[in-house]
Amino acid sequence: MSDYKGVMIYGEVTEGKLSSIAKELLGCGRKIASDLGQQLSAVLVGSGVGGLAQETIASGADKVYIVDNPLLKDYQTETYVPVMEKVVKQVMPQVVLLGQTTIGRDLAPRLSFRLGTAATMDCVALAIDPASKRLLQTKPVFGGNAQAIFTYDSDPQIATVRAKVMSPMEPDASRKGEVITIDASLDPSTIKTKVLQQVKEEVTGIKLEDAAVIVSGGRGIGGAEGFKQLAELAEVLKGAVGASRPACDSGWMPETAQVGLTGKIVTPNFYLAVGISGSSQHLAGCSNAKTIVAINKDPEANIFKAARYGIVGDWKQVLPAFTKKVKELLAK
Amino acid sequence: MNMIVCCKQVIDPEAPPASFKVDSSTNKVVPPPGVPPVISPFDEQAIEAALRIKDAKGGKVTALSLGTKLLRDVVKKPLSMGADELVLLEDDAFADGDSWSTAYALAMAIKKIGDYDIIFCGRQAADWDTGQVGSGIAEILGIPSLTLAKKIEVGDGKARVERLTADGYEVVEVNLPALITVTNELGEARYPTIKGIMAAKRKEPVVWKPADIGADTAKIGTAGRRTKVIKLFQPVIESKCEIIGGDNPEDVAAKLVLKLREAKII
Repeated sequence: MSDYKGVMIYGEVTEGKLSSIAKELLGCGRKIASDLGQQLSAVLVGSGVGGLAQETIASGADKVYIVDNPLLKDYQTETYVPVMEKVVKQVMPQVVLLGQTTIGRDLAPRLSFRLGTAATMDCVALAIDPASKRLLQTKPVFGGNAQAIFTYDSDPQIATVRAKVMSPMEPDASRKGEVITIDASLDPSTIKTKVLQQVKEEVTGIKLEDAAVIVSGGRGIGGAEGFKQLAELAEVLKGAVGASRPACDSGWMPETAQVGLTGKIVTPNFYLAVGISGSSQHLAGCSNAKTIVAINKDPEANIFKAARYGIVGDWKQVLPAFTKKVKELLAK
Repeated sequence: MNMIVCCKQVIDPEAPPASFKVDSSTNKVVPPPGVPPVISPFDEQAIEAALRIKDAKGGKVTALSLGTKLLRDVVKKPLSMGADELVLLEDDAFADGDSWSTAYALAMAIKKIGDYDIIFCGRQAADWDTGQVGSGIAEILGIPSLTLAKKIEVGDGKARVERLTADGYEVVEVNLPALITVTNELGEARYPTIKGIMAAKRKEPVVWKPADIGADTAKIGTAGRRTKVIKLFQPVIESKCEIIGGDNPEDVAAKLVLKLREAKII
């Protein structure tokens, strides 16, 4: 019988706030903990993060571990891995969940190698096997063409979870929990990396992750110029502009606009895919949109398999007509 | 500057989605007929990152691949792009590993190669999309790792790396040796030149077996796996797309607007 017990989530803090992925992990961790009949804890690592403990408890945690140190102001592999190693060895959780973010992608593998256990990245479903009580971890593979269910015998079982697939709990300010401080025990002289500068490349307007409407363009748009027409429609619909990886790689749109497996995962009500063929890797980013509408000149394009409505035609003719009709409708 | 780049031969991720098939009895992917494998595109960009440093500062680039049935025309691509050496870990004992057994074998081979300043990997392989092997190699070798790099400059025993963050990027300085994983934002990998292709044809790769790198056979391939795949399946996408047709673009647009209004989407 393993000495490891309980479920722990890594609560990512973004600009001094508990991130939405942290709340989603608390929601999904709560279910796993109750299936195991165990407690749910959260770890908050950073500088000045102690004030978020109560919100973390309200969002589902029974215990919150705080590691607060000025050296932890920015995420660095060299500082966060030893901190998480220390926390995990002290708390000994059976399951550790992190977000599939730029931090989680970096932290989870190195932590799992250091602890001599394993990790499954980018999970879209997690469940406890009723017989073995082990964690069943489902992740998309082969660019989203297939999904695999992983399991393993070592503890802790580490998994990163894709954004927006798990539901957060309704926050309950009356929930009670315990707050425990853990010392970072860092030796600055051993740190071989230094963050020199942080650069924000945020697109103006509504963030893709928060947008209810996204007008997205792909290779078929043919250049940066075409995206201006997408932006015009997005503005009319109070939405944001997204792009497929080929469109970003060609420099037509900034990387921060990329929707897909290696970009943003979005969940708008309305996703309009213009000139996007619908590779599995793109669909991985938008398939949870409520309604996908596709405009593509190729009737065989894969995007039509994911779409609710489709128009087969040249976007250069269809899109201006559509924008005009939407404007007329909204003017009424 | 000595650089080692880990490159994986994978099923072509650009193969049409319709040709993708899973054998559910073995939990393995059936390679699409007539579509040759490729070097994982992120790994090609890792080669590109190393070659850019070689172009600017000089140095040696060694490509390292692990697998079975490695097609020479495929795994020699780094050579034709400009890499200097190719080392293959090719043996049945290396087959069907996971991130743990693969990182272990690659780290053992890197120890044997010995002299390195930077080890490059792609951000993730285009087949299992895990993105763990790079960090794992760094952990085994006890060197710093920087993931998701889009630009790398070297000098004075250090690398200055631009790595992706959620809302942009950060500039991080690292003492070498270090491991760096490369993301597609680095830009397109170069095409092989005719001269490169000819040189690659003449160059024979070095092939190492587990014993050559001093690998514990219990830690490589299937034997070294920590994870089990209990099911591999293709999610069913319900095709219920309603194609909206019409006499002209205005007509089609009007019909779509009406549909979306009725469904309360706009």
